[in-house]
Amino acid sequence: MNRFEYVRAGTVAEAVGAFGAGSRFIAGGTNLLDLMKYEVEKPGRLIDITHLPLKGIEEKDGGLRLGALATNANVAYDSRVAERYPLLRNAILAGASAQLRNAATTGGNLLQRTRCYYFYDAGTPCNKREPGSGCPAIGGVNRIHAIFGTSDQCIATHPSDMCIALAALEATVQVSGPEGERTIPFAEFHRLPGNEPQKDTNLKPGEIVVAVDLPEQGFAQNYTYLKLRDRLSYAFALVSVAAALDLDGDTIKTARLALGGVAHKPWRNRQAEAELAGKPATRETFTRVAEMIVAEAKPQSENGFKIELARRAIVRGLEQAAAGTPQSLSDKRIQ
Amino acid sequence: MQLEQSPPVSADTPIGITLTINGQRRELQVTPWTTLLDLLRERLDLTGTKKGCDHGQCGACTVLVNGTRVNSCLTLAVMKDGAEITTVEGLASLGERKGSNALHPIQEAFIEHDAFQCGYCTPGQLCSAVGMMEEGHAHSREEIREAMSGNICRCGAYTNIVDAIEDVMHQGGAR
Ligand SMILES: Cc1cc2nc3c(=O)[nH]c(=O)nc-3n(C[C@H](O)[C@H](O)[C@H](O)COP(=O)(O)OP(=O)(O)OC[C@H]3O[C@@H](n4cnc5c(N)ncnc54)[C@H](O)[C@@H]3O)c2cc1C
Ligand code: SF4
Ligand code: FES
Ligand code: FES
Repeated sequence: MNRFEYVRAGTVAEAVGAFGAGSRFIAGGTNLLDLMKYEVEKPGRLIDITHLPLKGIEEKDGGLRLGALATNANVAYDSRVAERYPLLRNAILAGASAQLRNAATTGGNLLQRTRCYYFYDAGTPCNKREPGSGCPAIGGVNRIHAIFGTSDQCIATHPSDMCIALAALEATVQVSGPEGERTIPFAEFHRLPGNEPQKDTNLKPGEIVVAVDLPEQGFAQNYTYLKLRDRLSYAFALVSVAAALDLDGDTIKTARLALGGVAHKPWRNRQAEAELAGKPATRETFTRVAEMIVAEAKPQSENGFKIELARRAIVRGLEQAAAGTPQSLSDKRIQ
Repeated sequence: MQLEQSPPVSADTPIGITLTINGQRRELQVTPWTTLLDLLRERLDLTGTKKGCDHGQCGACTVLVNGTRVNSCLTLAVMKDGAEITTVEGLASLGERKGSNALHPIQEAFIEHDAFQCGYCTPGQLCSAVGMMEEGHAHSREEIREAMSGNICRCGAYTNIVDAIEDVMHQGGAR
């Protein structure tokens, strides 16, 4: 780990004010310290934000406001989240380990960086780490990489599970920065790599996430978070599906579907979601929509399997949601 | 205890912190890049806590910070100023406070159920198990397995580890 200055901020304004070139905020530290040990991150100044008063989970306009420093465990086990947003609860609990979730925070989870092997290996080129140096994952080892929204600059995926649920729930991100406060809709928070893969999100330098707001509609009856990975626990998703349905009998009123492990941001296809509205909640409907979504997929040399995996996971996820039988977190059999 | 927000602490200045480690209050000077794991092992000779991966991937470094289990390899010591830390060396006294004999019930159960081979993962497994029981979310065998999945055992003692934990849980945490 490199040597750095350490600043402990007491207020949001202090934290924002202490931010300069080469600074990083640190919350749970579970991603940043990992990257610092690999010298992928070498901040000159760490601004400890864990003393800011942002740990709470509060009622807000019929929904809930999750403080940026609420830990992943505290959010998942909050009784209001469990009752009203079980999709979010399940997505969080499908990620990392209990120890990591006890430390990891809402804000840090949003800003965690890709698990691309080359990004993690400071001895290799990587456009995300060093813009312009190249992308060895293209044509290289890319089994875990993206099938949607890639560019010729970067094919990395966004690794969070929590964010897939937040995308499906259409949360909003509250930020504060040198130019004041603003609200970012979840779909506009993370970016596609395009020509600037070094930018994971649309957060500006010095901006701090202060909260994530959940809207009232939580899809608490018909939802699932289905995560497929190389081992059954403590592994990142190869493909994951957050499915949420609002049903009228057997007819779909509203559908939300977000995919994880397949793109540089939580992947949604609004056309496919619109296609589900008004249709019967049947396997035929789900299959048609799944075909529609994967028609846009583009495989790399080693990850073509993700296309079929995603297709099947979408159908199964929508079936689980429609039946009101979300994927169990401990019994790993997929029903 | 609050540091001045500015000027920032320069890279070479150790920072004064207070930690209560296994019931003992310690005033320490640490450089900001010292992880809690390195502080425990390298400075305080509390080598019960193990370094497996140093990247949050194995759980060997699990300790309790204010009663909550975390990976000490991904925790900066300066950020835990004021906290109570319990390591494997302090579990027995937690047990004592609960009125049992020398070892913590989970330690006794690990011995009874032969829940280790090489023992390298064991301190992390023990602290994790205590933290897990305190959290109170895992009840069935499957839930225990999932809740303990942050602790890897290369010797594959998992079956016996879950047996030991179930044993203690079914006795209400005290034997
Ligand atoms: C072994 C391992 C397995 C994992 N498995 C999974 C998994 O399966 N699924 C999953 O989703 N995640 C997984 N994770 C990742 C984990 O969820 C993240 O590391 C965690 O959520 C990051 O939160 P943190 O508070 O520790 O962030 P930190 O490490 O403190 O910060 C991460 C980044 O966010 C920035 N930041 C933090 N807070 C703010 C804020 N409020 N405003 C602005 N910037 C901020 C920091 O500057 C830094 O760049 C895993 C991690 C490890 C180590
Ligand atoms: S996929 Fe992106 S993160 Fe990975 S090597 Fe290429 S540019 Fe870097
Ligand atoms: S040493 Fe900390 S998790 Fe492996
Ligand atoms: S007993 Fe050897 S690693 Fe678990």
